[in-house]
Amino acid sequence: MASNINQDCLYSQSHEWVRVEGDTAYAGITDYAQSQLSDIVYVELPEVGTTYAQGDNFAVVESVKAASDCYLSLSGEIIEVNEALESEPELVNSDPYGKGWFVRLAIADASEIEGLMSPSDYAEFVAKAEEEGGH
Amino acid sequence: MSYVPHTDSDVSEMLARIGVSDLQELFTAVPAAVRFPAIDLAAPRSELDVMQELKALAAQNAALDSTPSFLGAGAYHHWVPSVVNHVLLRSEFYTAYTPYQPEISQGTLQAIFEYQTMICDLTAMEVSNASHYDGATAMAEAVIMSLSAGRGRRNRVVLSGSVHPEYRQTVHTYTQGMDVVFVGEDRPGATAKELGALVDDSTACLILQSPDFFGRIVDLRGLAEAAHAHKALLVVASNPIALGMLKPAGEMGADIVLGDGQPLGNSLSFGGPHLGFFATRQELVRRMAGRLVGETVDADGKRGYVLTLSTREQHIRRDKATSNICTNQGLNALAAAVYLATLGKQGLRQVAELCYHRAHYAAAAIDALDAYHVDQSAPFFHEFVVSCPRPASEINAALWDRHGIIGGYALGSAYPGMERQMLICVTEMNSRAQIDGLVSALQEVAK
Amino acid sequence: MSEPIIYELGAAGRRGAALPALDVPTAALPDEESLRNELPLPEVSEVDVMRHYVRLSQLNYGVDIGMYPLGSCTMKYNPKMNEDAARLAGFSHVHPYQPAETVQGSLALMYGLQEALKAISGFCGVSLQPAAGAHGEFTGILMIRAYHLARGDAHRDIVLIPDSAHGTNPATTSMAGLTMVELKSDGRGNVDLDDLKAHLSNRTAGMMLTNPNTLGLFDEHVLEISELVHQAGGLMYGDGANLNAIMGIAKPAELGFDVMHYNLHKTFSTPHGGGGPGSGPVGASEALVDFVPGPVAVRADAEGPYSLVMPSQSIGRVKAFYGHFGVIVRAYAYICMLGAEGLRQASEIAVLNANYLQSILKEVLPLPYDRTCMHEFVLRGQIEGAPDVHALDISKRLIDYGVHPPTNYFPLIVPEALMIEPTETESKRSLDHFAQAMVGIVQEARTAPELLHEAPHHAPIRRLDEVRAARQLVLRWQPNAQD
Repeated sequence: MASNINQDCLYSQSHEWVRVEGDTAYAGITDYAQSQLSDIVYVELPEVGTTYAQGDNFAVVESVKAASDCYLSLSGEIIEVNEALESEPELVNSDPYGKGWFVRLAIADASEIEGLMSPSDYAEFVAKAEEEGGH
Repeated sequence: MSYVPHTDSDVSEMLARIGVSDLQELFTAVPAAVRFPAIDLAAPRSELDVMQELKALAAQNAALDSTPSFLGAGAYHHWVPSVVNHVLLRSEFYTAYTPYQPEISQGTLQAIFEYQTMICDLTAMEVSNASHYDGATAMAEAVIMSLSAGRGRRNRVVLSGSVHPEYRQTVHTYTQGMDVVFVGEDRPGATAKELGALVDDSTACLILQSPDFFGRIVDLRGLAEAAHAHKALLVVASNPIALGMLKPAGEMGADIVLGDGQPLGNSLSFGGPHLGFFATRQELVRRMAGRLVGETVDADGKRGYVLTLSTREQHIRRDKATSNICTNQGLNALAAAVYLATLGKQGLRQVAELCYHRAHYAAAAIDALDAYHVDQSAPFFHEFVVSCPRPASEINAALWDRHGIIGGYALGSAYPGMERQMLICVTEMNSRAQIDGLVSALQEVAK
Repeated sequence: MSEPIIYELGAAGRRGAALPALDVPTAALPDEESLRNELPLPEVSEVDVMRHYVRLSQLNYGVDIGMYPLGSCTMKYNPKMNEDAARLAGFSHVHPYQPAETVQGSLALMYGLQEALKAISGFCGVSLQPAAGAHGEFTGILMIRAYHLARGDAHRDIVLIPDSAHGTNPATTSMAGLTMVELKSDGRGNVDLDDLKAHLSNRTAGMMLTNPNTLGLFDEHVLEISELVHQAGGLMYGDGANLNAIMGIAKPAELGFDVMHYNLHKTFSTPHGGGGPGSGPVGASEALVDFVPGPVAVRADAEGPYSLVMPSQSIGRVKAFYGHFGVIVRAYAYICMLGAEGLRQASEIAVLNANYLQSILKEVLPLPYDRTCMHEFVLRGQIEGAPDVHALDISKRLIDYGVHPPTNYFPLIVPEALMIEPTETESKRSLDHFAQAMVGIVQEARTAPELLHEAPHHAPIRRLDEVRAARQLVLRWQPNAQD
């Protein structure tokens, strides 16, 4: 089944997305990532006010049988976390780019945005991953 | 005696099926130079012979079912109703593994779920795990959990010196590879309030024991506030029998309540296996180590139980797990649950009261002896400190040699300077006659 | 119908036990503030208790019911005599702080087991203190760390762990404050020697190796691995989980291990108890013998009394008191009964049984490493012609055939792993029953896969909703919480 890819987001190779809005960005995991994990039962989010460098592990997402570290695609300070995930982690499954967002951050270095994958690049990347992973 | 069922012809048939000529051929992957070494052990023996040897060994010990003893100090001789052992001997319980296949492990799973419930009720906490190895390791896990709750930014632990010495030693062993600073242990006489004042913004947790190692009931009021003001956790070790009458630390705002569950239906067994109970608040559950059973439903909507939150554990998180723990003390936790169910609401309180009143009777009688003094400056549960006219170890030796009584715990072995102090424990197993016997023996051995 | 929760069986005022009357004057109670009000425990009769737990026991599967081929767990038969021995009053009603002269029997038994474990493994010293396998592992890694620190080698902080290792190995390394580096396995399931060589350095604290490994394969290069690690200044940790394959076949110390934990609850037949108590003593080579946790049982001379001492450079105690003595009694009894001859036979037959099953089952399921195995082997639960059937479905269907499933999804390097360990106490008849069940299930997977997807059909309960359990955490019973 082909994964849904949101055209307004930019992507990382570890299957996180960011949606830049001015000086801030929303971040979460992609539809492909959530489908690989299957039913998500918990998301461990960072504390507001924590600062991360690009590529830092900022969250952990758990299914019944697996736990995955999530990496922040852009450096910055966490200014908001999605508290709804605490009681409804399944939002990550049902709406990964919308209600299933993880954090909002204040972007520290806008130049990092250029290095992220476009929706079309990511689509290609996922197609390849699906081909290799398919068994 | 061997438990291999094969006949020679079974073995030959199986070897033929595999396609090898003899058993040795199965081991060619083992380097020839070290293959088939001799083991220097006695020849096989019959069940009868071995049992006779074991009975002879057991007979060399003084068993407390027939020897008066006033030892406590972290392991307690209590009455265990017969029903406990009969449940433990159900081999569907004791020959099962960790309940990885819930469809054929509902007995173990529900029993643990009920155990978790009873521990929550006893401690007045929101969640309990399926148990740790013992009270000492439960405390070590509490320290690790507190460091994790501090997200690695807090490395200081305030640890009361009146916590069981072996628990503190275990905590130090566990944390030797971690960057942790301990304060508070150097003054076993420090009050709870003084310990609370040691908490600062780098403190992960404040750890006390109540009743403490010396038997004293610690006033926990204000401690949770003192710890929480600095975002540190309050960890309290408790004696589960004392919780039959004393206010549980959960009602005093503790974040983790733990202890050794041996007094709940588990035999002394020379120090193990016991179990460590461990309870915390709901919001900390994902930082807790150890197995956990949760309720759910099956495909038909029927109530059932599974191991849950296993993503905290080593088989999934590997190097990032909360702990390397694989199991709980399944059978010991089962014994504790059967004990708590059998004693129940009224019975546990009654055991606690028997311990309390008999201990106070003993303390008063010993204090009345000229040569001895009992420290009654703080309220105590079922253990108290007696100051002796000469080293406690000598008193104990004389009690045993001349009266056949096993005395109390000589405190000098863990607390230098307290060579003349003895920690005496009285439970429901010590009759009034036994206590009177101890008092007159103490008088006799004073000189 | 499901069994009620024990609280649900109760009624206010009902009692399950009577206690002696108070025969001393009552003392003044501590102030009101220190006393509890509510004690919401069950209120049931002794009959309620016994029936409740007997009914619960009937929902369980144990070794005494049938074959339990759970890989890496060594679910062998638990001799009944051991239960009687551990319950002798002279063992069960003994306090850990009794004077040494009143516990000579316990100390002699501990000493006897220490000596027996040394004889079986070739180590110089043994401490019985660790409470379980994972606890023994943690102990062993702390010993290796302490050894390097004592030599001023604080920079040695890396532990090498093969990718086939049990999850406890990396978790243990983290707990000890060390860093793990994962090593690849080669095409035969051995440690990849080139990968090992590439990762050895002056930061190597040691290596953790399970041998036979979790694939059930004996690492053919074990002597070379030990030598390479030792040359680099590291020490070898042996995970003794699979000792049941090599008693009398090879001594871990002679394979180059410096420290290893024993699982008394696997190798030495003590019951698993539904998840404990286990017991995980450690054995140590000369380099590490002074670092073992204590106290340990010693004897000044062949006639003298036994006592407990703390080894000179001990990492300290890893729990209160001396170890799981009740488990130690059972293991000692087992070793006495089997003797050297019986232990070797146990290993030989455990390996025979595994190879026998492997020879049959590799014809119906993929065997990723087709070699003579040791006491267990790993199949892939993938069936040609049944693409939607997973290892888990095969396992659940086995329950319907009256057999406990093998270990699923471990080791991680084999997708859809089914790890099968029959143990030496299963008869040929019982192995044949298992093999027939597996062959039958593979057939069913092709012809009626729904039988597998919906399995088990003949268990006390159907498949449970683990997602719901994790999302809507219900971790204790609450009155009136049932809707």
